[in-house]
Amino acid sequence: MTADDTSAPTALVEVQDIGKHYGAIRALEGVSLRVNAGEITCVLGDNGAGKSTLIKIMSGLHQHSEGVLRVDGEETTFSSPREALDRGIATVYQDLAVVPLMEVWRNFFLGSEIRKGFGPVKMLDSDRMRRTAREELAKMGIELADIDQPVGQLSGGQRQCVAIARAVYFGARVLILDEPTAALGVKQSGVVLKYTAMARDAGLGVVFITHNPHHAHLIGDHFVVLKLGRTNLDAGRADVTLDQLTQEMAGGDELGTLEHELRR
Amino acid sequence: MSTTVKAEPAQPGQDDQPRRPVWRRLFIRPEAGSLVGAVAIFVFFFATAAPFRQLDSFATVLYTAAVLGIMAVAVGLLMIGGEFDLSAGVAVTTSAIAAATITYQFTLNVWVGVFAALGVSLAIGFFNGYVVIKTGIPSFLVTLGMLLMLQGANLAVTRLVTGTVSTQRISDMDGYAALEAIFASEWTIGGVRIRVLVLWWLLFVAIATWVLLRTRIGNWIFAVGGNKDSARAVGVPVARVKIGLYMTVGFAAWFVGMHLLFSLHTIQAGEGVGKEFEYIIAAVIGGCLLTGGYGSAVGAAMGAFIFGMTNQGIVYAGWNPDWYYTFLGAMLLLATLLNMYVRRSAAKR
Repeated sequence: MTADDTSAPTALVEVQDIGKHYGAIRALEGVSLRVNAGEITCVLGDNGAGKSTLIKIMSGLHQHSEGVLRVDGEETTFSSPREALDRGIATVYQDLAVVPLMEVWRNFFLGSEIRKGFGPVKMLDSDRMRRTAREELAKMGIELADIDQPVGQLSGGQRQCVAIARAVYFGARVLILDEPTAALGVKQSGVVLKYTAMARDAGLGVVFITHNPHHAHLIGDHFVVLKLGRTNLDAGRADVTLDQLTQEMAGGDELGTLEHELRR
Repeated sequence: MSTTVKAEPAQPGQDDQPRRPVWRRLFIRPEAGSLVGAVAIFVFFFATAAPFRQLDSFATVLYTAAVLGIMAVAVGLLMIGGEFDLSAGVAVTTSAIAAATITYQFTLNVWVGVFAALGVSLAIGFFNGYVVIKTGIPSFLVTLGMLLMLQGANLAVTRLVTGTVSTQRISDMDGYAALEAIFASEWTIGGVRIRVLVLWWLLFVAIATWVLLRTRIGNWIFAVGGNKDSARAVGVPVARVKIGLYMTVGFAAWFVGMHLLFSLHTIQAGEGVGKEFEYIIAAVIGGCLLTGGYGSAVGAAMGAFIFGMTNQGIVYAGWNPDWYYTFLGAMLLLATLLNMYVRRSAAKR
């Protein structure tokens, strides 16, 4: 394991030799990862490589069974997503980033609604939420015709961007993006990658989960490739080429064997 | 007629954002289809059934709608939250039996029995919600189990204590009069019988609408029904919201159960089976999606109102009441189609 040089400042989030098993099934074993402010750490891996398990631990949906999770250098176990959110770790899931039938502004503020009034008659300050949502989205270059339209009517890329804008607005320091480009076309992917870079420039630490080495190499500062729950590659941008990354992702030696088998 | 039409106010459109014309915002509300349907059915019976045109008949229609509607609103909220409750129909009877039996057997003040029944109803709701959340078993099955358990218990307990299948009269016991006034009083104004239950119904619809559209809890109800995983991921307490919704259905079952107890005086233990579908149908007619995340309290109330009009209208028109369910089934299909059409064309824009 080629750990980064240890003179670096305390990572926003760090996992060390982390492992998780569901009953007899080992989903993750001995994986380490650092998330620094203003950097994008890419986690790559095939289906079932343990990517989702890793982010679920970091975002508080699951608890790790071994290893250490540190936030600002302090050892932690999250018992709920709320707890992770309160520590500034926001996760944008590929398929469950938003509630499709709800309006854009309701989605934007879901779970952190602004209210006015007192006691039992506290109610939503919908005017303020509408305005804020519109402004925040405009800041990220997303102009919507109607903030009242259901999120489900937006394009896939726009939905991801709404979720990212939401996380940034609510003071996330760490942004975990779960395959944000997986279901998107080339152009939409470009938009999402641009917002990811904007979040990085704003000083956030970003964890970018993907199985697309091209997307990863475009924006990543550090790369971790998982395979069957273990780390297969762990390298900084300077130490890895796109070809290497593609080779790792495509299955490495297995691809060679496959190529051999398929050749006529 | 102009006075009675007020009874079906369109709740939506209070958003004072000058974003879209009012008719547009009205049209995309979930209850839009049911409003159109209610007007159509009203006009239909108004034209075909002479007795339907009298004010007093309309009061009876509203009463029929209210008995169903209080439950339909609670069941509608639960459906927006993404769950079913098949036990809701018999739970009404259970609550009434609990109040009557506890009061009579222990010779207590009726207030004590009524509050004990509230406890029973909330506990049933809590149990439903807790089991659905903790086991992940579909609510259809959990509450079907509850339906059967309650259906059996209603009969068994009643027969055990009274030897018959109806509860004893508690109308001469302490506290009865005040409770009767709360749950089942009625006045005659200008020849029109006004039942207090109708007012309660309108109040509950107003509260439910306010909660849904204007409070954080309402936002959470839509979210847990629309996508419970993403709701959980942004910190919405999914379990508490869903259990709360089941307990709301419990509360409504208690309220309607108390109304039946204080207006009928004795309760038949076998009552309530099949009602659960009427609540669900009313909510669906009113635009609540079976899959959750979409719907409105006004819509559920409209659904109940359509039920009430059909139920009474067929009698007023002098038709054989056997046709009631046929009529209802056709209406359910039509309403679902209409709602689908409204939703699609609202989505297109």
